[in-house]
Amino acid sequence: MDMNWKKSFDARPIGVIGIGSFGAAIANLLAEKNEVLVYARDEAVVQSINETHKVKNRKLADKIKATNDPEMLCEACEVMFPMIPSSGFQEVMVQFAPYLHPYHFLIHGTKGLSLNLPEGKTLENITQINREHICTMSEVILKETVVERIGCLAGPNLAKELLEHQPGATVVASRYNEVIREGQRLLRSDNFQVYGNSDIIGVELSGVLKNIIAIAAGALSGLGLGDNAKGLLVSRGMVELIHLGNAMGGGTKSFLGLAGIGDLVTTCNSTLSRNYTLGFRLAQGEKLVDITSDMEEVAEGINTVKLIKLYLESTNRRAPITENLYKVLFENFKVETALQSLMKYPIYTDIDFL
Amino acid sequence: MVIFDQPNDKPLTDDYIKHQYEPILPKKDEWPVVRLSKGRKEFIQQVVASSSEKIKNLTGNQVQALKEELEITLYKERMRIKQNPWLVDPDDEASFWSGVKSSLLSIGVDQRLSESDKKEKYLEILTAITQRYAEEIASNFKHSHYKMTRRIVTFGFSRLLNTSRVKGFKSIFSNQYSLQDKIQIIGETDQLRELASKGTIVMVPTHFSNLDSILIGWTISTLGLPPFIYGAGLNLFNIQIFAYFMNALGAYKVDRRKKNQIYLETLKTYSREAIQFGCHSLFFPGGTRSRSGTIESKLKLGLLNTAIEAQRANYQAEPDDPGKVFIVPVTINYHFVLEAPSLIKEHLNYTGQERYYSESDEFSTSYKISRFLVKFFTKGSDISVSIGKALDILGNYVDENGKSRDRHGRPIDCKDYFLTNNQVTVDLQREEEYTKKLGKRIAEEFHKINRVFSSHLVAFTAFQLIQRSNEKLDLFSLLQLPEEDIQLPFDDFKAACGKVLVEIKRQKEAGKLGIAPHLEKPLEEIIRHGFENLGMYHAKRPLIRTEDGHVITEDISLLYYYHNRLDGYELEKIV
Repeated sequence: MDMNWKKSFDARPIGVIGIGSFGAAIANLLAEKNEVLVYARDEAVVQSINETHKVKNRKLADKIKATNDPEMLCEACEVMFPMIPSSGFQEVMVQFAPYLHPYHFLIHGTKGLSLNLPEGKTLENITQINREHICTMSEVILKETVVERIGCLAGPNLAKELLEHQPGATVVASRYNEVIREGQRLLRSDNFQVYGNSDIIGVELSGVLKNIIAIAAGALSGLGLGDNAKGLLVSRGMVELIHLGNAMGGGTKSFLGLAGIGDLVTTCNSTLSRNYTLGFRLAQGEKLVDITSDMEEVAEGINTVKLIKLYLESTNRRAPITENLYKVLFENFKVETALQSLMKYPIYTDIDFL
Repeated sequence: MVIFDQPNDKPLTDDYIKHQYEPILPKKDEWPVVRLSKGRKEFIQQVVASSSEKIKNLTGNQVQALKEELEITLYKERMRIKQNPWLVDPDDEASFWSGVKSSLLSIGVDQRLSESDKKEKYLEILTAITQRYAEEIASNFKHSHYKMTRRIVTFGFSRLLNTSRVKGFKSIFSNQYSLQDKIQIIGETDQLRELASKGTIVMVPTHFSNLDSILIGWTISTLGLPPFIYGAGLNLFNIQIFAYFMNALGAYKVDRRKKNQIYLETLKTYSREAIQFGCHSLFFPGGTRSRSGTIESKLKLGLLNTAIEAQRANYQAEPDDPGKVFIVPVTINYHFVLEAPSLIKEHLNYTGQERYYSESDEFSTSYKISRFLVKFFTKGSDISVSIGKALDILGNYVDENGKSRDRHGRPIDCKDYFLTNNQVTVDLQREEEYTKKLGKRIAEEFHKINRVFSSHLVAFTAFQLIQRSNEKLDLFSLLQLPEEDIQLPFDDFKAACGKVLVEIKRQKEAGKLGIAPHLEKPLEEIIRHGFENLGMYHAKRPLIRTEDGHVITEDISLLYYYHNRLDGYELEKIV
């Protein structure tokens, strides 16, 4: 593609960084009303988008163009949507940072956490971590770039349904009203509702923490358990999510919204969810390595459980579902054993966060 | 590939060099504050117009909302006049507000007035009020007074100083010691001087004592900078000696009793317009003096917000040559805070409600202050003023040319923070968020440039040990322990001090705080120095070493106050 974006577009395009399934869905939504320029690292992917308007068999709108040049993307776009897994998020931001300016808006859609350890420390040799060592993606952006006006997308947004143009909704969260307004203007359509929320940390954490519960829900179904058990899990999961979310700086209200309950209910019941699928296959006796090796995209929940477990230990907090899930994922616990210990867990209060 | 220079990684210097600074603008006519006072009338009119406009917009240009705003203001002002009158209040205050009252009433009942007539009338009242406020707030800088004050401060203080240090009959005429020996100015002084001629400085110091304003005024003039304007509590003008100094130093008046929207907007407009005018300004961003003795971590954002507004307005008004606003954090480090006993008492009695300002502390009369000053200069107790690195309005460091730099040394154009679609836009909500961010950055910088003294070290360690040995008590019960029940074995105390000192030095190496040179001495000496200096003029000493080798306190609340200075460095884990 030509370095001079002005030749290729009538108006300033909207950027999408990363073109996994969710990235593709958002790019298509954006393309309904806007010019869209996608960044992909892989030259072959760029070529396939520009020539065949397809990425991994997903159809992209014809007007969507692609580049693998971060500088050009930042030059062409004022508003960009980073849609990359948390494991690669920081690296991509470091790569983009030299070309980003305070006039850029970044609205990300990544429901994961990133570790931010002091130099020389790794997850293996650190014994204590606190909140400042765990970054949400907006915190990664703040740390690595000069962009201030940051937002995030969260809510029940299963990529497959979005790609099929089914009705849905999302939350745009930002401390800046102008970012929320811009997100709404760009994404809202007849089939897609966009809500605003100023508690970006709460909304990010909703999306992150619900993945833990989604794995557990998948595991229950994998065991062949019924809807009573599911209801129990979703409701106790909600309590745990709020407990953890408050401790990490999110507001209770956000967890009760579309990005919290809305997303939780969706992922806990959907075979389209990667995290749910992971839990399901675990319960059926598969090994974690085997499952992750043949999944197309990462289940963010795995990394989240690992980080949150360490955070819990370092801050003297309890979160029974997360703790037991950790044992299942990393200590070869059987799902049945974990479930038993949960049923015996000595908490008898239903709701204590309101 | 650009090669990034790293202008900002020099550590804050602790090696104080006494320095003679030439004035950066030798001719007083070039001083922004002089230009401002020459055009005082026009300036006030501009403030009036601009703040009336702002209130008009805040009320959505609705007659009803404007009327309500005026009524609320009237009500609050009448309550204030009745409940909390001050000496400085002008005599015509009651009559002015009853005038406002009757005008409001007559507009309300007049049937002949159309909606737009009414609006006109209400706007007239609004203008009258903002006019009154702006006149009251406006500073009254007079160059002759400024020169006089500077001479009094420098001459008077150095007489006192030399009398005490140079023995003998000739001492009165000795010039061996100057104020600069007593009050050390350290840190980024050169950068500050450099930037003061390149843009507008907004200096934000920590605030522990009423003495701070005079100290900062002296610091500014010693550094060869033109006078700064600053918002001083109107209550200080109750005390004649202060009123004189304040007026001379370009202070504008901030009345903390007036909490109505119209007043606050006028005040903010005044500050913003002055920064835009190019007047270097000074805010105490903590709002009032720190009651608990901790370094401010939650800042009052109102006036800080005006620095950001002014910066944006500069980009709008002069796109080609926009004046840049630099934020310079400053900490003032003492062994001793005169008002400590009443401040900490107030802090502990704090009921959670906003209360009217108490007038009964150690700074309430000219006599008490004079007595303190004599004591202060005749006994040895050093003060240092640390000047921090300059920040832009978002808290990024700036280099020696005033250019903002990100963490990796890449240049940032501050204008970009205000752009949407390539246009500078006004978005108050955005600027509010920027202000919060700036406030956080300033608090961080305070902690970094804070200079630890021996007295802070001993107070912190002793209080932590006392707390440790009474683990079951909460803070308030602890502070009620009878002082005779508290004693620490000196050897334990010394060992703990040593551990804290090691950690403090480690943090110093990491650039998290600064330390006074006397902390490089042997531990025993540091402790002795600390005991000698800690709150040395208080009737009850916070720490004493008894002859049988114990450490005791005469006033645990005071000890707590001085201990708080090292709050926020996670040192409690070390003791």
